[in-house]
Amino acid sequence: MMTTQRPGTKGLIFNEPNVWDKSREGRCAISLPKPDVARTPLDDSLTGDAPELPQLSELDVVRHYTRLSQWNFGVDSGMYPLGSCTMKYNPKTNEVQAARQGFAGAHPLAGDDCSQGALRLMYDLEQYLAEITGFDAVTLQPAAGAHGELAGMLIIHAYHAKQGRQRSKILIPDTAHGTNPASATLCGYKSVNLKSGPKGILEPEAVAAIMDEETAGIMITNPNTLGLFEENIKEICEIVHAKGGLVYGDGANMNAIMGVVKPGKVGIDVLHLNLHKTFSTPHGGGGPGSGPVAVTKELMPFLPVPRVEKELDTFKFVTDCPDSIGRLHTFYGHFGVMVKAYAYILTMGAQGLLDVSRLAVLNANYIKESLKNTLNLPYDRPCMHECVFNDAKQQAHHITTMDMAKRLLDYGFHPPTVYFPLVVDGSFMVEPTETESKEDIDQFIDAVKAIAKEAETDPEKLTSAPVLPKVTRLDEVAAARKPCLRG
Amino acid sequence: MRYLPHTQEDIRNMLAVAGCSSLDDLFKTIPDAVKVKDGLNLPEPLSEWELNDHMENLASQNIACKGYTCLIGAGSYDHYIPAIIPYLVSRSEFATAYTPYQPEVSQGTLQGIYEFQTMVTDLLGMDIATASHYDCGTALAECALIALRKNRKADKIAVSDLVHPSHRQVIDTYLNPAGYEMVLIPHTRDGLTDMAALEAMDGIAGMAVQSPNFFGHIEDLAGFRKIADDKKCLFITSFTEALAWGLLKKPGSFGADLVAGEGQSLGIPKSFGGPGLGLLAGTSKLMRDLPGRLVGRTKDTNGQDGYVLTLSTREQHIRREKASSNICSNNGLNAMTAAMYLSTIGKIGIREIAQLNHDKAVYLKSVLTDAGFEPVFDQPFFNEFVMKAPENFKQKRTDLINRHCLFAGLDLAPYYPELTDHYLFCATEKVSKQQMDQLAKEVA
Amino acid sequence: MKEINELNLPEDVKYTKDHEWAKAEGDTVTIGINDYAQDQLGEIVFVEMPAVGDSFSAEDEFGSVESVKAVSEMYMPVSGEILAVNEDLEDAPEKVNEDCYQSGWIIKIKASDLTEIDALMDKAAYLEMLKG
Repeated sequence: MMTTQRPGTKGLIFNEPNVWDKSREGRCAISLPKPDVARTPLDDSLTGDAPELPQLSELDVVRHYTRLSQWNFGVDSGMYPLGSCTMKYNPKTNEVQAARQGFAGAHPLAGDDCSQGALRLMYDLEQYLAEITGFDAVTLQPAAGAHGELAGMLIIHAYHAKQGRQRSKILIPDTAHGTNPASATLCGYKSVNLKSGPKGILEPEAVAAIMDEETAGIMITNPNTLGLFEENIKEICEIVHAKGGLVYGDGANMNAIMGVVKPGKVGIDVLHLNLHKTFSTPHGGGGPGSGPVAVTKELMPFLPVPRVEKELDTFKFVTDCPDSIGRLHTFYGHFGVMVKAYAYILTMGAQGLLDVSRLAVLNANYIKESLKNTLNLPYDRPCMHECVFNDAKQQAHHITTMDMAKRLLDYGFHPPTVYFPLVVDGSFMVEPTETESKEDIDQFIDAVKAIAKEAETDPEKLTSAPVLPKVTRLDEVAAARKPCLRG
Repeated sequence: MRYLPHTQEDIRNMLAVAGCSSLDDLFKTIPDAVKVKDGLNLPEPLSEWELNDHMENLASQNIACKGYTCLIGAGSYDHYIPAIIPYLVSRSEFATAYTPYQPEVSQGTLQGIYEFQTMVTDLLGMDIATASHYDCGTALAECALIALRKNRKADKIAVSDLVHPSHRQVIDTYLNPAGYEMVLIPHTRDGLTDMAALEAMDGIAGMAVQSPNFFGHIEDLAGFRKIADDKKCLFITSFTEALAWGLLKKPGSFGADLVAGEGQSLGIPKSFGGPGLGLLAGTSKLMRDLPGRLVGRTKDTNGQDGYVLTLSTREQHIRREKASSNICSNNGLNAMTAAMYLSTIGKIGIREIAQLNHDKAVYLKSVLTDAGFEPVFDQPFFNEFVMKAPENFKQKRTDLINRHCLFAGLDLAPYYPELTDHYLFCATEKVSKQQMDQLAKEVA
Repeated sequence: MKEINELNLPEDVKYTKDHEWAKAEGDTVTIGINDYAQDQLGEIVFVEMPAVGDSFSAEDEFGSVESVKAVSEMYMPVSGEILAVNEDLEDAPEKVNEDCYQSGWIIKIKASDLTEIDALMDKAAYLEMLKG
């Protein structure tokens, strides 16, 4: 039944040149105060020409960026079912909280006495994240997910160094996140690929077969990138621990299991979170994010410095931690992002977070069941918060996942993640998140069905898509062959 | 819960389609042994107005809530942010978008970042700038890793001890596990990086010098370029105050191979140290060695100009274990903020603001000198400088904070133990003559 | 992508398991990637080449070819010292797609042990390997 209307339609947007093409000699969009002290020029040998920045009026600037923004798709515009990215609604109250003068205006070196509010917030947020994940301690310092991964690997590296014998390898399943191997390499570990079993999850026997005393540990994404829960997680952790290794958990998919599973209680030793995924802080078109890392008691001494500690009812930064991996960020991480995640947790409470995971999983399973006769579903099992299809059924019509993704744009949806995970050919990975309503999800399902029909009857509509956005498909080959990286 | 749209009826209908009897039943693949038994122990949820009260109460425990006079820089600067900046950057199309992997519906972010890259290359006089890093410390650590990859025979990076102390610590964290070493270049009694000491060092893949350095002094970058040529190593420079380039000769004009910088000064709130903006720029020769995202210009199928993420084979999700950088998400929205700020102040504004910063700092130094402070170094500076304080200053400094919300300088002893009673001062365009005169009166 | 019977596999070059080709003239050996490799990679956007004068043993990695979303390493068919690299590829990497055996060659080396070349596959053996 195709009764719902597709959200995407045509509309007026504006052409807008590069900002420097609007520049006119003599314009300036800031009013400067009259100097109240004497002008004291620096020696000519030290000064250079002013940078060639554009010269604009205030309205020029406002119109430029307003027009640019209208060429973008955001969560506030429409459904953004980008697998593995948890593009949920970003509550506006969180922005108000982070913009408070006491937070946004705080200088990082004002001293502990003058920063008690910030320190208390960081301390409490660490406690909440520790409770949600079931670990003993958390650092908020890593600036994004990949940075959190690096922190986690550095902690594992430091742990083995402290044991007196460094190890050389790390196991990485084919269903783990794509950034994992690079983080391991920075610690000098060689990545060893581990195949998942026929059910799309890891088999303890496969882990046991290659886990040895040269292997520092394993990096597990759970739920994995197929959207499946690693059912054997406890047994796998025991196998790795028995050989003296540690288990790193990629918590990018924590949105599926809040209040359901505590990774710290099932044998994982160190886990990173993405505040810009699970905890609703906006992604900003590529960051800033925040990638806190949670650890067991045993790994606490290795956490990055400074640590926030509580003494009676006052808070302070502590740097005297001899086994620490050191400092990962110039100051304390992305405090502004932490404020938003903290506000989110206080708004949701325990039941709210459990409901988040339940409804995220409900939405994903509903989509999986509704579309499995339309798209091929390589692993037909109950999924967590995301499900992975592919283009096997459409290949007969020479239609690829990319074509379907581009056609979805014309229907007014951001496409799912495409061609990831690599373990599925032509994957089409849908993560609806809990904040999408049944009506919006039904519209998405109808759109995918309509597109699958077009693939049979009118494939040209897909191969020439998209037609509604500002630009059509872009020549990425030309961009990479003759890079033009500045105007 | 206002963020969750599901009615009871929705849930019933959707469970039926999913073939599950209850919400708990959705989790049937999870073994009971690993399931949470007793829920999460978190505070009771707050309504929006309860949250407002709670957050304002916390914010008020930071002295910044009252609006304060900030004469501290050291990597985080108190500059004026025009009202249009937060207004524009809050537009949800920018704020609530993901990384622009689907370029057709991300042209706003992509053109904005392309313009950012261009403005940063103009600011620094470099060929290429990346789409941003987390902060200067991590950008500088990445530069050190590039140098080590380019000069595989060497395993050391020489770093000036007048590079921001936290940046040095970050470099150390990044280099250590892979077996690389950071060697410190000491500073001279004049408050400059010691060239002679650097000349005596062997086996270095790259050298990093900050200018203006941590004491605020402008280093002789041309001199360091020559040493880098002699040593056949990469020349990396860094900076913490981006507005200095409104006035000073650009690092690119001295032949820097790589520049790492902090862009927080460009319209981004201090926000207790983050998120800031890591700037990373290089020469064309190093294009394929740069970590992080790059936006490039191309055409669409109709021949219309458009922008895409490009050269992504450098990045860790593709190169996997062969990638030796650590960045995926960057600080994109802050890069957009910086581009908005640079477009707002423009060529005229940046010169004027930079000159104002310098003028105010010169004035502050002179009134402090008159008040009995000792100017320790006689070096040209931009907006930061070091003073030796009279003996009773420590107590007076605390009083100034408590009574006037005025932060008078950063105590340098924790960073350079030999510099007891030395303070690093900073003046920006925001501080008035009246405030500086009042400070001088209070400490005299 | 091409079917196996559509591949252009000249008789006068030798093939490796990693899909490079090698052709000896005296002790100079010209090396590139074959039609199968360029077809699998798709449009090539960059070729990373070694420096003239570098020496490698057989099966060492000597460079890589990149498409928009993939990187593939290249391995030495035989041991030797780099005499020349195809500088035209810096501006026109598409030559590897268009003409991988002639203008799309990648390196020329001075082979240190010419007998190594005999161990490589001829067309028939290579086709056998592809068919698995």
